[in-house]
Amino acid sequence: MLEYAELWAPIRLTLELATITTVLLLLIGTPIAWWLARSKAWWKEAVATLVAMPLVLPPTVLGFYLLIALGPDGPGGWVAGLFGGRSLAFTFEGLVIGSVFYSMPFVVQPIRNAFEALGDRALEVAATLRASPWDRFWSVALPLARPGLLTGAVLGFAHTIGEFGVVLMIGGNIPGETKVLSVAIYEYAETLQWTKAHILAGGMVLFSFTVVLAMMLIEKRMARSGE
Amino acid sequence: MMDDEQLICAALKGRLGAFGLDVRFRTPMRGVTGVFGPSGCGKTTILRCLAGLQRIPGQLSIGGEVWQDDTEGVFRAPHRREVGYVFQEPSLFPHLSVRDNLLYGARRAASRGVTQQIREDEIVALLGIGDLLTRGPQVLSGGERQRVAVGRALLSQPRLLLMDEPLSALDRNAKQEILPYFEALHAHLSIPVIYVSHDFGELQRLADTLILIDDGRVTASGSLEALQANPDLPLLHAPDAAVTIDGEITALDSSYALTTVAIAGGRLVLPGILGEAGERRRVQIKASGVSLSLSPPASTTVLNNLPFRVVSITPHHKDPSQVSIIGAVGEDGRGARIIARITRKSQETLGLAPGVSAFAQIETTSLAASPIAQTD
Repeated sequence: MLEYAELWAPIRLTLELATITTVLLLLIGTPIAWWLARSKAWWKEAVATLVAMPLVLPPTVLGFYLLIALGPDGPGGWVAGLFGGRSLAFTFEGLVIGSVFYSMPFVVQPIRNAFEALGDRALEVAATLRASPWDRFWSVALPLARPGLLTGAVLGFAHTIGEFGVVLMIGGNIPGETKVLSVAIYEYAETLQWTKAHILAGGMVLFSFTVVLAMMLIEKRMARSGE
Repeated sequence: MMDDEQLICAALKGRLGAFGLDVRFRTPMRGVTGVFGPSGCGKTTILRCLAGLQRIPGQLSIGGEVWQDDTEGVFRAPHRREVGYVFQEPSLFPHLSVRDNLLYGARRAASRGVTQQIREDEIVALLGIGDLLTRGPQVLSGGERQRVAVGRALLSQPRLLLMDEPLSALDRNAKQEILPYFEALHAHLSIPVIYVSHDFGELQRLADTLILIDDGRVTASGSLEALQANPDLPLLHAPDAAVTIDGEITALDSSYALTTVAIAGGRLVLPGILGEAGERRRVQIKASGVSLSLSPPASTTVLNNLPFRVVSITPHHKDPSQVSIIGAVGEDGRGARIIARITRKSQETLGLAPGVSAFAQIETTSLAASPIAQTD
């Protein structure tokens, strides 16, 4: 069994990466989704398009620009300098930043849809019941958008776990730092360690199936109770 | 003239898309002000402007408090206006229980240090929603939801309650079920209400003051009684034209289940035991239930027979067979004004003309009584 112990490192790293990324995305993505849903600015669709770009861009293209941005001559290098480093590329922190961009559309879109589906009425009612805009957001908009938030979180989490191209470009394959599941599977397959590749790949299939099924069931229940 | 402390004053003029609004009115800070007009005439827009949900240039002041004055750049945000708003469709928060819905505004008002003049237990009892408190809004009927919505608005301790066709989304039965609750509120709470409706029957039961709106403009305003019996207004021609008269219960006949109510210039007998002697009621008399004769009928099944002096005769604006006769009841012809809708043929045969004395027979089925607003 000992030889399989090394499988834990990429699994743990991946879960850490996905959890941190999802939390960050909920914090960053929810206000963006709110603004996209409520703003009347003519240029908001341009912002929406930017957010959605990772859906169509090849991960290598996104990874390439992220690599430059995170590298010693980009803003990432400058930030790293504050902490005594040289670059954010090929670090766990760099991976988190990359994942936030890469998974952003999967989180923002469902939350935006949920906010748009709210309509004006519930918020108007809250306003006439003396709730300030901030209060209305917390006491009405967020609870009513719960199914959208859940979908966003699950999709963001699952998508970050499956990330490969971007990781390869900006993270490389450093064990315990940037060697995540998908990269590990690739490596095991390349080096013909089929059993290990099987365990990780099969685990991913099972995990994805469970996550998506659970999400669908929960959404269905929420939709019923929210009728 | 009342000063602004006791008035709701509005002057709004502007465009909203293709729609132009130009209204100006003053209405008392007590009782129910009905805003009546056809669909799309701008009634709802006026309410939304009062609540601050929409902005059309002008001035709004409520009991001397300025909520909007565009010459001074004043515009109070909706959550800073002490209004309760009941929307056309009962918009309860689906994620909160009935009780949490009720308390949503109450808690926020309390945290702003507003004194709780309207108590939860009082509202729950008046609206009959005690059994619903722990339920979710999804399982409530339309009428129940709207009652909760009204209670929720009232518990936010508003200075002014705005109601936007609160019954129009309900079916006929739910309407009949909910109206008595509204009347009870009207009678027990002293909070002023602006009630928008395109159903004149509803307003005749609830309103004290009326504002008539057509095509974004005020066409008439005044007390319900005065507008109902105004021959120049289209209300007179409505199929459910009626008058509303304040009266006091003077006698109860329990063996026949009848109530006698004294009005200016006479007494009316109404079906049912409607309360106790000395209590005040507003009595509605439908024009279609009033017939006229020149001499007192010798024997008739009609219980109500009042002396009547013709004041004006107005031909129906569409139906040439009909006329509406407005007259004052009482021996001296100075009592309350009522309307009789009769055929033009009868009017000419009997020689009814302004000043002529006659007798009005009022069918009990055309009479309805509702509690009277608390005045303080």
